Amino acid sequence: MRLIRYLLSALLLYSGQASADCLTRGTGDMGIVIERADGSVQVLDRRAHKSLFRIEGLGDLSHASAVYSPDERYAYIFGRDGGLTRIDILCGSITHRIVQGGNSIGGAISQDGNLIAVSNYEPGGVKIFSASDLSLVADIPSTPVNSEKRSKTVGLVDATDQRFVFSLYDTGETWIVDMTDPANPAIQKHTQIGQLPYDGLITRDGRYYIAGLFGQDGLALLDLWHPEQGTRLILKDYGKGEQKLPVYKMPHLEGWAMAGNRAFLPGVGHHQVLVVERGEWNPVTKIPVHGQPVFVMARPDGRQIWVNFAFPDNDTIQVIDTESLQVIKTLKPGKGALHMEFAPRGEEVWISIRDKNELQVYDTRSLELIHTLPAANPSGIFFTSRAHTTGL
Amino acid sequence: MTRIIVAITAILLAGIGSVVSAEVPLQRQTELLHLLKHDCGSCHGMRLEGGLGPALTAQRLAPYGIDFLALTIIQGRPGTPMPPWRPFISEHEARWLAQQLKQGIRP
Repeated sequence: MRLIRYLLSALLLYSGQASADCLTRGTGDMGIVIERADGSVQVLDRRAHKSLFRIEGLGDLSHASAVYSPDERYAYIFGRDGGLTRIDILCGSITHRIVQGGNSIGGAISQDGNLIAVSNYEPGGVKIFSASDLSLVADIPSTPVNSEKRSKTVGLVDATDQRFVFSLYDTGETWIVDMTDPANPAIQKHTQIGQLPYDGLITRDGRYYIAGLFGQDGLALLDLWHPEQGTRLILKDYGKGEQKLPVYKMPHLEGWAMAGNRAFLPGVGHHQVLVVERGEWNPVTKIPVHGQPVFVMARPDGRQIWVNFAFPDNDTIQVIDTESLQVIKTLKPGKGALHMEFAPRGEEVWISIRDKNELQVYDTRSLELIHTLPAANPSGIFFTSRAHTTGL
Repeated sequence: MTRIIVAITAILLAGIGSVVSAEVPLQRQTELLHLLKHDCGSCHGMRLEGGLGPALTAQRLAPYGIDFLALTIIQGRPGTPMPPWRPFISEHEARWLAQQLKQGIRP
């Protein structure tokens, strides 16, 4: 009898362990990839080039993005359908999930890691949640467009001093929200920044917030050291006198590349990467490339810029040398090369190839393909090192 | 009277014409639906429930006719981010896509 009881308790203990099948390891060399069509996420070991878990049930992940908790254990995934999901990458499981809006576009984690902000198209505005249990902390509705609709919010980033910054697409504004006192968000509104801001970015040092404008030439720049000065239009003569091409995919500004004192950014409606001098923000030159750039991303050491392109050129990746400002390599990785993510020290870059159902890993020194992994319609790739970078 | 009959016949014929012109080979249909899901979807949502661009559900498109929708696909909407898809989609393919959307297709 005692033996049976012993066996039973041993069995219970064993099955208990088996169901909590969590890894015991550091997470600094891990990451996730979004499988957009399946509503799933793979957890990756980027050094072993291995998939560790597949987590399903995250809803519509078209255009999904993710941020990490400061301890690099939890990823917060922002879905298109308003879903906000917190996953535990050591256990390969969902810890919390809410549907907080009808239609969403990205989010951010606060400087102290305690707050998660989500940008919503519908209903327009930003909602802020507790990072530990996803309970609502603040609801910040955007400016009404008419009696039924509020402005869509875009380009939401975290900034220093516990702030979030975002732009209002329909009404052309940039708002700064100070969450020092979570019960009383302090909102500073900058209006008339320009027409149709479609995305925004913050420089790595957290000083400049820049909104790309779809409705006019130029970009709206806000110096977060001096927000009282308001936004100013930079590169307003860019593209003047040149025929703009139809834009089949909006560029992304998140990966806005800085190399030395120069910034590299996608030319909207042009087959060009624009090179700009930081500080005065004057144009230095334009680099002709294969198509309309979507992501223009610097290798972490700033020596190379990797560019992918909008439809119908999204089967191509080009690499630019930042010293000679020349394209040094054109890769044809396959149709739907949607996103690139560098290892934090830059030795490898991972590229998701949507239509090949594949992740490709390139050595950035030889510029050769060194590994592939299967993934279902992969899009965004996010490594845990983002946990420690402002704006990511 | 004859004029009316001619007019009615013309309208009916035009109707038949558009049905015939909306025939798209099966393989091309698959390509168009892939394009709808992934490329249109980058603004309108992969499930066509909207994003930076409006939703393309049957309910949302109810006020608009096939011709208007097909023309929007082909020519784009100036003043908005909607680009002209003419280089990649023919007019009768656009009509076919518009019909699918009006019928509530979810690619």
